Amino acid sequence: MNRFDYVRPATVREAVAAAAEPGAAYLAAGTNLLDLMKGGVSAPTRLVDVTHLPDLDRIETLPDGGVRIGALVRNADLAHDHDFARRFPAVAETLLSGASAQLRNAATVGGNLVQRTRCAYFYDPASACNKRAPGAGCDARGGDNRLHAILGWSPSCIATHPSDFCVALAALDAVVEIEGKSGPREVALELFHLLPGDTPDHETVLAPGEMIVAVRLPAQAAQFAAHARYLKVRDRTSYAFALVSATAALRLDGDVIVEARLALGGVAAKPWRARKAEQLLRGARADAAAFARAAEAALVDAKPSGDNAFKIELARRVIVRALTLAAAGTPDRLPALPGSPFAVTSGVSVHV
Amino acid sequence: MGLSTTLTINGVARTIALDDPRVTLLDLLRERLDLTGTKKGCDRGHCGACTVIVDGRRINSCLALAMSLDGAEVLTIEGVAQGGRLHPVQEAFIAHDGLQCGYCTPGQIMSAVGLIDEGQAGDDPERVRECMSGNLCRCGAYQGITAAVLDATRAIAAAQRKEVA
Amino acid sequence: MSESLPETALTLSPAHIRHGSNIGQPITRLDGVLKVTGAAKYAADQHPPGMLHAVLATSTIARGRVAFLDVAAAKAHPGVVEVITPANRPPLAQDPDEKSNPFMFRLDLLQSDRVRYANQPIAVVVAETLEAATQGAALLAPRYEIEPARVGLDADESFVPAAVGVGNPSHVARGDVARGLAAASRKLTATYTTPAQYHNPMEPHAIVAAWDGDTLSIDTPSQGMVMAKGRLAGIFGISPEKIHIRSPFLGGGFGCKGFIAGPQVLGVIAARVVGRPVKLALRRDQMFGPVGHRGATRQTLRLGADRDGKLTALDHHTKTTSSTFDDFFEPASDVSHTLYASPAIATSHEAVRTDIGTPLFMRAPGEATGSIALESAIDEMAHACGMDPLAFRLANYAEVEPITGKPFSSKALRECYRQGAERFGWARRPLATGQMRDRDGLLVGWGVGTATFPALMFAANARAVLRRDGHGVMEIGAHDMGQGAWTALAQIAADALGLDLDRLDFRSGTSDLPDGGIAGGSAHTATAGTAIHNAGADAIARLAELATDDERSPLFGAGNAGVIARAGRLHRRDDERRSESYGDILGRAGLAQIEGHGSSAADHAAPGDYAKHAHGAVFAEVKVDPDLGQIRATRLVGAFAAGRIINPRMVTSQLNGGMIWGVSFALHERAVIDPRSGRPMNANLAEYHVPVNADVPSIEAILVEEHDPHVNALGIKGVGEIGITGSAGAVANAVWHATGVRVRDFPITLDRLLAKD
Repeated sequence: MNRFDYVRPATVREAVAAAAEPGAAYLAAGTNLLDLMKGGVSAPTRLVDVTHLPDLDRIETLPDGGVRIGALVRNADLAHDHDFARRFPAVAETLLSGASAQLRNAATVGGNLVQRTRCAYFYDPASACNKRAPGAGCDARGGDNRLHAILGWSPSCIATHPSDFCVALAALDAVVEIEGKSGPREVALELFHLLPGDTPDHETVLAPGEMIVAVRLPAQAAQFAAHARYLKVRDRTSYAFALVSATAALRLDGDVIVEARLALGGVAAKPWRARKAEQLLRGARADAAAFARAAEAALVDAKPSGDNAFKIELARRVIVRALTLAAAGTPDRLPALPGSPFAVTSGVSVHV
Repeated sequence: MGLSTTLTINGVARTIALDDPRVTLLDLLRERLDLTGTKKGCDRGHCGACTVIVDGRRINSCLALAMSLDGAEVLTIEGVAQGGRLHPVQEAFIAHDGLQCGYCTPGQIMSAVGLIDEGQAGDDPERVRECMSGNLCRCGAYQGITAAVLDATRAIAAAQRKEVA
Repeated sequence: MSESLPETALTLSPAHIRHGSNIGQPITRLDGVLKVTGAAKYAADQHPPGMLHAVLATSTIARGRVAFLDVAAAKAHPGVVEVITPANRPPLAQDPDEKSNPFMFRLDLLQSDRVRYANQPIAVVVAETLEAATQGAALLAPRYEIEPARVGLDADESFVPAAVGVGNPSHVARGDVARGLAAASRKLTATYTTPAQYHNPMEPHAIVAAWDGDTLSIDTPSQGMVMAKGRLAGIFGISPEKIHIRSPFLGGGFGCKGFIAGPQVLGVIAARVVGRPVKLALRRDQMFGPVGHRGATRQTLRLGADRDGKLTALDHHTKTTSSTFDDFFEPASDVSHTLYASPAIATSHEAVRTDIGTPLFMRAPGEATGSIALESAIDEMAHACGMDPLAFRLANYAEVEPITGKPFSSKALRECYRQGAERFGWARRPLATGQMRDRDGLLVGWGVGTATFPALMFAANARAVLRRDGHGVMEIGAHDMGQGAWTALAQIAADALGLDLDRLDFRSGTSDLPDGGIAGGSAHTATAGTAIHNAGADAIARLAELATDDERSPLFGAGNAGVIARAGRLHRRDDERRSESYGDILGRAGLAQIEGHGSSAADHAAPGDYAKHAHGAVFAEVKVDPDLGQIRATRLVGAFAAGRIINPRMVTSQLNGGMIWGVSFALHERAVIDPRSGRPMNANLAEYHVPVNADVPSIEAILVEEHDPHVNALGIKGVGEIGITGSAGAVANAVWHATGVRVRDFPITLDRLLAKD
C-alpha cells in the first residue's frame, strides 16, 4: 500500500476539514479500505481516522420511537443489541448473514454503507474498470460475470453492491445523516447509492469530504417486526457474498397484507427497493399467487448483463421465498444460519 | 515521522514507535514485536488465520492499522495460556484433534475464545459452525474444531459455575 | 483398529521381534501444545538479525514480455534496498529451464523478460520493512508487450503426451473395448469437466534465507528437503552439504511444497544479492501461478453393461491442460485401471498447452479428478440399469486389479461398503430421484462413491541411537504438513526401539538429518516409518548381539531363540523372565551408545506380484433447496481400509480432511480464469471458495480393519489422499439423487439446478 498521512481528528468538524483535501479518505475499521489499499485499488494520500471520535458509537432510541445508529457502531454490536434486534429483526439478520464474525466485530455501520463492489475486475488494477478509472472500459462485460447485475446496470458498469445490511435499510426507509463542510444534511438510504449510468465512479451521493455520522430508522419500521426476514442465497453456506438476497417485511391483518416492504441485494449497484412489488402486495392476501405477482413486478425490468440470466429466475424465487418466510413470522431467535435457506424454520415448510 | 501507538498486548502495556503508518496490527505483532504465533494466511480478511482479540472482540488483525488501535488491549495466542496452564480451548483443540498443519490454529483458537465470550453460540453445534466460519482450515479439521469449541464452552461454563458457587 | 503390532507382521529381523505398545494408539499430537500456543515456528516466523524483506512483483498478463519496469520509482521508495530484475539478477550455475528428469520442474527465476503465465515472478524488491518492499513492488508498474493468451481446454491443438502423472503411459488398454461396447445391452457416454484448482495451503510459500560464504541456511516449508537441497545445489553451483534446510512444520502442503518453487529460490537469490538474510513470503494472490495447480480436465467415459449390470467395457479418456514450457499432465483416466471389473478397459489422455503456470501434483493428482468422473459415470450406468448404485458397484467388484489381472495385496473394500452403508443407513435409500425431503422441505439426496489410492513407497533413511541412560534417539528428516509425522513416526520409532515414548528423542524436520524421503503420494508414513522401523531393528540387533554373546548377560546364548525389545529391556523370546536393560548391556560393553541405520526403498523398480491400493466407500447426503438450488453436504460417512493404522486419531483427521476436499471438489473449488487474458480472477480466499466450517456439518470416518502382509514391513498403506476420491463423486451423485439433475461440470453450483422449474 502507498504511503499516506495519518491524521486523527478529535471532532467531527476537524474530521470533515481534514478530509476535504483531495486524496483524503476516512478510515473507520478499515475492513474494506485496507483490503482495497493492499490491492492497489485505492490509494488515498491521507487517512482521516474517525475511530476515536466521540459519541458516534451509540444506538439511541429517539423520542418518536425511531432509532439512531451512530456511524461507528460495530455491525455485531448492532445485531446483538437486544432491543434493536427485537424491533428490527430483519436488519439484525442481514448483519449476521454478512462476512464473518471477525469482520462484523470490526466493521462499522457507516463503513458498511460505503463498501465497494466485489466485482473482480474492479478489484484488479490490471483490468479495465470505469468505476476505478473512468473511461477505461469494463472488462467485466465479456468476462466472468456470473455474479453481476441484472437491474439498473449500464454499458459502462455491471457491478453490484455487496452489502446485506443496506438491503434491509433500504426496505425500511432508513435515512443517512451526513456531515460536510457546509453542515449536516440527510438522505434517504434508498437514494444514497447511485446507479452507474455513465459515471460508475460516482457510487453515492457523498460529496468529497462528506462523512456519514449516523443512520436512522423510523419508528414505523418497527411495525414490521413480527413479519420481517432476510434471505441470502450463496455459493457457500457461510462467509460468502450474496448471489441474490432479499429483505421482505410485512404488516398483516389476518392474512391480508396491510403494508409490504421488499428490497433486493446482489442484483444492482445499489440495494434495490422493489416499490412496484410493494404496491401490488398492499391489500392482497399473503399467499403464493400474490408473492409470485410481486416477484414478476420486481423483476420486470431485469435483464442479464452477461452470463447471469439465472439470477433473474433466482431473484424471482428469492422474493417469493422471502415473502413466504416473512408471512410465516419472525422467529423468536434468529436462526443458527442467519439468512440461509438452510436455516431451520421450526417445522414450517415454506418450500414448494 | 514520529508516530507512536500505545497498546496493551497480553497484559503488558507498551508504547511502540512506528516509522510508518501503514503497519497493520498483524505485521506489527509478527515483524516488529516477535509475536509470530498470529499467522498471515491471506492478509485480506478472507481466512481468519490472523484473528486476535482487541478490546474483547475477535477481529482480523491484517485489516487493522496499528496506529488506529492506539489505546487498545490486544490478546494474542501467546497470551491465552495462563500461569503455565493451557486455556480450556487449547486443551480441547488437542483432545479433539482440531488441528492438522497448525497454521490456522492460533486464529481458530482466538476465534473460539472470542466466540465463547460473546456467548452467541452456546451449545448449539450449528451456531458454533456458523460463528467459526470466518476461520478457514484447508486441512479440513472442522469436525474437531467444532467439537473442541463445544467442549471448551462446557468446560468454561462449569468452571464459572464453580467460581460462583 | 488400535490393535498392537502383531509379531507376524514383522518380516524383518525376525530374531528381534518386539511387542509394539505405541503403534495403533490414538495418542494426541506430540506437537499439539506447540501448535495451540503459537510456539510452533513456521518458516515465515523466523527473523534472523539483519533480515530484510523481499516481495515479488508478479505478472498481470499471461503471455508476452515485460517491456518496462519502473525500477527507479521502486528504488526511490523509502526503505527499498534493492530491486532484482532480469537485468541485474546474478548468473546461476544452472539454467532454470534445464530439465534432466521428470521431477525437475522448470522455474521462473528472472531468466528473461518473457512472461508465460499470469502471476509469474518478474522482479524482486528487497527493503528494510515489509511495507516498503510491498509498495516498492507495486511501484514497478510494469508495462508489457502483450500476446494473445491461450486459455482453456480448447486453446490449441491437442497432442498425446509421452507420459502422464509420473511416467505413467498415456494410453493403456486391456481387452477389446469396441467389442465390449458392441456386446453391451446398455451403453453410456458422458463427458465431465473439472476446473483448474489451486492448492492454497493456509500457509503461503515462504522462505527465510541466509548465506554465510557459500553455506546456505534456509527456513522454508518443504515436502521433500533432500530433493530441494539437490535442486538448490544445482542452481547455485554449490555442494548439497553446504545447504541446510529447516522445515519442522508446514502450514499445509497438498503437493505444492513437494518441489522447491521459483519464488523460494528467488528468496535465496535475493539474500545473495543483498548479502543479508532475506524473508520472502508469497501474497495469497501469488499462490495462483508459480507454485502449481491441478490442471483442468474434460473427461469422456464410455461404459457398456450387460443385462445383469456387469460392465462389458470401460473407456476413460481425459483431455487436460499443461503449461507451454513444461510437462505435467493430470493422469485422470488412470483411476479406471483399478476400481471396477470389466473385461475391457481402455484409458487415454491428450493435452493442450496453455498460458498457465505448470500444473503439479495436488492432493490425489489424477485420482481425485478421475474419481469424480468415474464415480458419476458408474452412477449414471447404475441408474440406466435400474440398479441401486451400491449394488451396481458390488456387481462390478474387482477381485483382481482389472488392468493387470494381479491379485490385490489386500482389499477390504467389500467390508468398507458394508460398514459404511450400515452406518449411513443406505438401505433406506429410495431408488428414484427427488423422493426424500427433510422436515423443512429441503430435498435430500444420498450418493455413494468408491475411494481408492495406490499404496506407494519411496526411499528414505533413518538413524537410531540407544543410549546408556536408557533413552533412545531416532533421526530422520521427515516432514510434518499436518498429517502428524511428529507423532505417528515417533510412535513407530518408539516401538522400533522398544522404548516408551517419553524415553524417545525423535528428531525430524531438518535436511541435516538422514533423508526422510518425500512427503507425497500418501507414502510418507510408510516410507519414513519403514526406514525408522529398520533403523530401530538394526540398533536392537546390534544391542542384542552385545548381550547374547556375553556370558555375563542373562540373555547369553539367546541367539537363535531371539530377543524381544520392550520398555527399554531385551527379553529372551523363549523365556521372557530373562531380560536385561539397554543401559546395563551398553554399560557392561563400555559403550555410551549404540547406533543403527535403516532404509526403505522405492518400489517402482520392482512392482512385485501384487496390486497395492487402499480402498474406501464414501456415502454422502446433500440437501438442496428445491426452489433456490443452494446445496449443502449435510452428512458424509466414509469407511476406509488402508492397512495398518499407526494413530487412529490422526488418521481420522486426515480422512475427514480428505472428504472435505471431496466436498470442495464437487461443490466449491474453481479457479475463474478470464477467457481473454488467461488470468485467475478469483485469486483470493474470498472468492476461490473452499468449504467453511458451516459447509460440512457432519463427517465421519470409519477405519476398517485390514492386514496387508505385502505392502511393507509395517503393513501401512497411507491415508493422505484417499479421502477425496470417492467423496467428490458421492456428493455429486447425492445432488443428482436429490434433484434428478445430473450436473457433469464441476463444481456443481446452484445455477445448474435452477433450470428445472
